[in-house]
This record gives sequence, structure tokens and C-alpha cells, in this order.
Amino acid sequence: MNQVKLSINGQIHSLDLPPDMPLLWALRDKLDMTGTKYGCGIGICGSCTVLVDGRPAQSCRLPAAKLEGKEIVTIEGLAPNGDHPVQRAWDEEDVPQCGYCQGGQVLTAAALLERNPNPGDEDIDQAMSNVLCRCGTYFRIRKAIKRAALEIAAGEPA
Amino acid sequence: MKTRETDTDLSRRSFLKVSLMASGALMVGVGFGGQSLASGGKDETWVPNLYVRIDHDGTVTIVSKNPEAGQGVKTAFPMVVAECLEVDWKDVRVEQAPLDDRYGRQVVGGSRGTPDGWDDLRIAGTGALYMLREAAASLWGVPAGDCSASSGTIRHAGSGKSARYAELLDKAATLPVPDVAALSLKSRPEDFNLLGRFVPGVDNHKILTGQPLFGADVRLEGMLYAVYEKCPTFAGKVKNANIDEVRSLPGITHAFVVDGTNELTGLLPGIAIVAESWWQADSARSKLKVEWDTSHSDSTADFDRQAASLAGGSGKTMRHDGNVEEALGSATKIVEASYYYPFVSHANLEPQNCTAVFKESGKMEIWAPSQNPKSGRALVSRVLDIPQDRIHVNLTRIGGGFGRKLRSDFMVEAAWIARAVKRPVQLQWTREDDMRHDFYRPAGWHHFRAGLDDSGRMSAFDHHFITFGNGGETISGAGLSADHYPAGLVPNFRLRQSLIETHVPTGPWRSPGHSAYCFAYQGFFDEVAEAAGRDQLEFRLDLLSRSFGEPPLDLKRTSDTLRIAAEKAGWGRSAGPGRGLGMAFHFDHGGFVSHVAEVVADGPNIRVEKVWSGIDVGPVINLSGARNQVEGCVVDALSTAQLEITFAGGATEQSNFHDYGLLRFNQAPEIECHFIQSDHPPMGLGEPPIAPATPAITNAIYAATGIRVRELPLRRAGISA
Ligand code: FES
Ligand code: FES
Repeated sequence: MNQVKLSINGQIHSLDLPPDMPLLWALRDKLDMTGTKYGCGIGICGSCTVLVDGRPAQSCRLPAAKLEGKEIVTIEGLAPNGDHPVQRAWDEEDVPQCGYCQGGQVLTAAALLERNPNPGDEDIDQAMSNVLCRCGTYFRIRKAIKRAALEIAAGEPA
Repeated sequence: MKTRETDTDLSRRSFLKVSLMASGALMVGVGFGGQSLASGGKDETWVPNLYVRIDHDGTVTIVSKNPEAGQGVKTAFPMVVAECLEVDWKDVRVEQAPLDDRYGRQVVGGSRGTPDGWDDLRIAGTGALYMLREAAASLWGVPAGDCSASSGTIRHAGSGKSARYAELLDKAATLPVPDVAALSLKSRPEDFNLLGRFVPGVDNHKILTGQPLFGADVRLEGMLYAVYEKCPTFAGKVKNANIDEVRSLPGITHAFVVDGTNELTGLLPGIAIVAESWWQADSARSKLKVEWDTSHSDSTADFDRQAASLAGGSGKTMRHDGNVEEALGSATKIVEASYYYPFVSHANLEPQNCTAVFKESGKMEIWAPSQNPKSGRALVSRVLDIPQDRIHVNLTRIGGGFGRKLRSDFMVEAAWIARAVKRPVQLQWTREDDMRHDFYRPAGWHHFRAGLDDSGRMSAFDHHFITFGNGGETISGAGLSADHYPAGLVPNFRLRQSLIETHVPTGPWRSPGHSAYCFAYQGFFDEVAEAAGRDQLEFRLDLLSRSFGEPPLDLKRTSDTLRIAAEKAGWGRSAGPGRGLGMAFHFDHGGFVSHVAEVVADGPNIRVEKVWSGIDVGPVINLSGARNQVEGCVVDALSTAQLEITFAGGATEQSNFHDYGLLRFNQAPEIECHFIQSDHPPMGLGEPPIAPATPAITNAIYAATGIRVRELPLRRAGISA
């Protein structure tokens, strides 16, 4: 077991973790934070996406022990009351079908808008192609990102 | 609890019951009479099929009895009740029911939720409103017919009196229950205020803030995590394994062999590894060395060889109208083509998982993302020999169903492991387990011959279908109805079928059968229309204009969906160089859907730019949910057209998304839906839009590139999307 100190959603957690345990499983099985989902375990589907220092990363491939000193944000921490412009747009466009991929989608979109508040279709394609949606909500995700961008431009806090 | 109830005429066969709860809430339940009728309707244990509860604070709670897999039932059903009860949507709460026999059917599948629920939901809402209106009328001494209702309030225009529902509960509970048959139920879009609108899902907030909802989000005191290794060759048994070594690895609490049975849909033999965290269980699994006893070596190469040899045979005749050989002999032209599609996997994004605890009392409690929890409970009961009434199943949100979670293998595995370790256990399959142990949609080969007459119509249609069987019977998800169109649309028709024996587990996959063979039929129609020198739309509408004997589908509803999709897509326009439009119609699971797809091509590289859909499933309940299903089905069709599952040595060759790559964001087309709100009861939409989407796309590929896709995945035709 390794002693690891992680900053997750602004809170410091001290954990005893098996060496090599990926952040995904530290979150799910040690912290009972189950918002981050397991989909493939090989870094392809993006269900397990979290933000590390503001950038989307696949937590199934990130050894938790290597994340000391980094700011980790999970879907639980983006805006717990759900009022981030991306979450609101996602609800208004009713993006989720089964919902399993959506935590990863929302965080990826939030990071995109943080870097680029007015993304074009190609920027959106590039950013969002890392997260699979088996239910096929892609068309709505594009609409929701554009809606969120408009809200942000209209002066909503991002 | 005070209870008053009525049984009703058998034509509607429903039963309404009103109770005043100890809390002062009014509960209105509706369900089928069944035993309650037999016992004079006085059975105190009777629990309705569904109920509506109105609390003193005006909140309306509606129970949702079916599992939610993203098909939107948890939002759509309560909307129906709210519509009929005349309450504001914001005042409605939805509660997920557990598995309980008294709720009747609790299945996601066959797009049947909507038609099954439609009457009960409207009766519940309308019956409750009736009682509240009667209550107000009697308090005010006015005729109930003069009272109107909206936004949770009854009003009497003459006297200017009004009352919130919450104020009328006590009175309502004392009144006689209305005769269900006499209730006038809203049924048409022009009656609706809420139905037909775009309403976001009731679980959105939890989904978007990462709160627990799904099977693997369950956390119980003292819970352990399990993985389960099965033989890559289906149903292989454990001969030897280094269990002791695995048990000594860090975090491992248990490791043991499960003998299982050889029933593919039951508890397959394997090795359970249980640990303090899933990661440790899975890490230990990588050290596992097992020698398996396997009994077969099915392979795709062998299936292909058998299919080729069967194609030369005559097959078994399933239907023969007129005389096909004679009609082909006198045809002015004969068109011949063969189509093929491979096995595919469900690949729900949520790999199978299940949580179970076996209590000292001998009771089993299970949390399952199951599309069919009742059959899961029956399987657990049979394999573990626990009476069904000692098994309680909680329904979690399902991370994608598509038919995979109609099977309950993951439930019986979790239950078995939980009983063995005597602690709560969460079984989580890996993606690899999921892809290697699916119940696949079977491959199929279709050999067609059509004879054209002088007017360019099909005078004969001959079809030899090669599909899969076991012991001479078609297996789950295989086969084809002998009455499927174009049977009944052409004067001379023959369907012959041949079976390849297999040990591969197969099962229902979104719109079973249809989602596969519609591609073959509608692709071939394209070829026939072209050979006849006719426009694709005109050819299809003409095909749908007459029948020979019983029509295989409603000709008008089908044609109407095709017409509207074509009109909206601007059918007939010149698409321009490197572009093409393709179309297809279909009917399954009660829904009529046609699509027109537009494809842009750069050589063999194509992009599906847009799809126009014409849909008739009766009145639309939730516009958002309905569109979501159409959009999802189109993406699913385009995704699946690029995928295949193959077998070697009795095992699946693909294992994860690197070799079974679902469609990504940048490949998704725009989708425009046009609903024809025909005067029929509403039907579900989880399945009907997928079948015609594949051929609309492949026919558009032909129009854009001149390449006819007769085999899937697309890359076999040299196409890359
Ligand atoms: S679970 Fe991490 S990318 Fe799929
Ligand atoms: S909403 Fe189901 S996987 Fe994306």
C-alpha cells in the first residue's frame, strides 16, 4: 500500500492505495465517488474522464500515485448543484439517453469551453471525439455545446 | 388505510382504487383486476400496476415500474399521468419501483412499454382528476360538469371558487370511485397540453452531477468486489487453475471455481476472484492460469464455408405463394444479388455488473441493471435453489440495454458469488468479458432473385435465407418471419431457409432480426428499381400500393412515412457531384419509419451528412425522448455498419473498443425527424428507426459512389466512413 494525497474537487484526501491503482478505481472503490465510470479500461472510451489541472484525462490509465500535487475535478465536483453552463445546456437540450457516458462528455465539453469559449465545429469535433457515446447523443452534444457557448458569451460565469 | 374501489367492465379490464394514506396523501391506483376481481376486489394486499400519489403539499408522485435504459420511459410515462391529471410538470416526482409481481410486466424490450402503459396511465390520471372534481363539486354544491381543472387546481367559473388539489384530498377519498369504462380519456394531440412537448429526462440532474444511479454505483456496508473469468470458448469448463496462488495476491479475499451449468444463458463455469477493491481483483486475474476443457471450435471461416455450400442447396421452404419458378421463367428481366451481414455485439457502454447480498435469513437482495429483472430472478431462483419470494430485486438505471440486458447471466453470477462469500458483492465485468461473452446478433446470408414484368414491377421474388440454428431450430435472434414483406406485395413469392449449426450465444439485439435483414431487402429493392429503370421513391410507393392476400404491413402508414421523408429531403433534386441520396422504409415493433440519407463521398471515403426521418408511432408522448430514439438509432445503424464480431477456435476474436470501434463524435450525421401523429395508440420508438437506417445509408453510398454495398461491414465493400 502507498500513502497518497490527492486533491479532488478542492478537497485533500489521504489514501492508502495499492501501487499502480488507477485514479478511476481509487475514486470508485476507495472514495465511493462513483460518478466517474468504467467503460473500457484502456483509455479509448472516455467514460472515465476527469479533469487534471483543467485538462481532460482518462482516469483508468492514470496511476493515482502520480497525481499528487495536481488538481483533480470529477463530475461530482464540476458544479454540484448542476448550474455550470454546460450542465444546464445538457439538460435543456436533453442530451442524456442512458447517461453512462455523460459525465465524461460534460467534463470534456467544460474543458473545451474553458480553453475556447467560442469553438467552431472542427474544434468541437476534435475535443469531443475522445468520448464515446453508445446511445448516439452526438448530435445533441454539438447543439448543447453551442448553447453553452452562447450562455457563456452572454456573461454567465463559466 | 381506508380503501374504496371499483371493478370495471371487462372491455377495459382495468381496476381503479383510491386510498387515503396515513400521511393524508391520496393514492389512486390502477391495474388489471386479476385476482382482485375474483376475490370481489377486496384483497387488501392488492398493489396497483401503477399509482399516483397526491401529497398535502401538492406534490404528485408517480411510480415508474419499468426499468430505464435510456429509452425515456421514466419521463414519458409520468408525463401521461400529469397530462390527464392536469398538473404542472414541475410538481411531479417520479419514483423507480423495484421488481414486484403486482406491477405486471416490467421489461425494457420490444418497444412495448408505451403501448402497454398507455391505458393504465391515462386511467390513473383521469380517474384521480375525476375524484378531485367530484370532491370540489360536492363541497361547493355545484355540478361537477361545471368545474374545470388546470395546474393542480379545480375552478368553478360561475361562483369564482377554486381549490388546490391538496385541499380536496380528504373529501375525494370518501367519494365513490368512477367506472373506468365511463372515463373519457385524452387520446389525440389536439387534447394535449404537455404531451408532444420537449421534456428533459427526470434523471438528468443526477446524471449531470455524477450522483449514484447505475448498477455499479451501489455501495453497501462491507461490500467486496468481484471479477469472473469464463472460458473464452463458450461454456468451456475449468480443468485446472492456480487458484491458491491467486488467493494469496494482495487484497484478495476469495478465489474459487464455479462449476456452473452448460446452459449458455445461465451460470457458465468459471473462476470467481473477490477482493477489497475491483482493481485488486482484476490485477489478480491477470495472474490466473487456467486450463479449460472445451468441446467445440466454431469459427467465422467455417460458418462462411458452410454458408457457401448451403447456398447451392434448396433449403426448407417456409412460404410459397403462386409459382416462383414459373414467374421467373416468364419474367422480362431477372435481378439477382446476395447480401451478407456479420455477427455484431451490443457493446453497451456500461459493462455487465450486478450487486448482491445473501442475508442470514436466507433472503437474497440484488441490484441489477436488468432489462428483464423477472427472468433474472427466476434464473437465480432455479440455479441457487432459493424460492422466488425470497429474492428481492432493485432496478438500477441501465447504462444502455439494446437487448443485451434481457439476459441475466450477470445476475446469477453475482448471486452465486455473494452466497459463497457471505458478504455483499459487486460483480463488475471487464469490457473484454462483455465483448467476449455477449449474446450476439447473428450473421445472415440472403440470396435474392426478382423477376420483373413488362411494366417494371416485381412479378416474382425468390429468397434463400441462410441463418443459424441449434438442433435444427433457429436460435435466438436468428430466423425471419415467413410473412415478412415483400411476401404479400408480389404475386409470386418464395422464402427458403437453411441453418448453420452453432454454439455461439446469440440473442435479441435492438429490433431483433429487422436491424439486420432490412439492409438486405431494401438494398436489393434499390437494385431492382434501378434494373427496372424506375425512380426509387416511385418504385417503393408502387410496391406499397397493392397486396396479394393479407398485406404484410399497413401500406398507407408505411407509404406516408416514406413520402414525408422524401419530401423533406428534397427527393428528386440533383445532389451534386460526389453526393447521393438513398432511402428505405420499414415496419417493426408497431412503428413505421422511413429514412432518406444524404452521403458525401470522396472516392471510397464517405460521410453521412444528414438523415431525414418520417415516423408514425401514433401520437408523440415526449418529443425529446422520441427524437432521441430516432437520433440514437441512426447513429447506431451507422456505427454497427462498420463493425463485426468474428470467431476462431470457438471464441470471440474482438475484445475491446480498439478492435470494435464504435462511431465517434465527428462521424455523426445531422438528423431531422418528422412525426406523423396518426390516429392510432402510441407505440415505442426504441427499435423501429434502426432497421431502415442502415439501407438508407448504404443506398445513399451507392448513389454517391456507384459502389453497391452488399456485404457489411462497409469496409468489405471498400468503403470507409
Ligand atoms: S474507461 Fe477509461 S477510457 Fe474507457
Ligand atoms: S448516453 Fe448512453 S452511452 Fe452516452
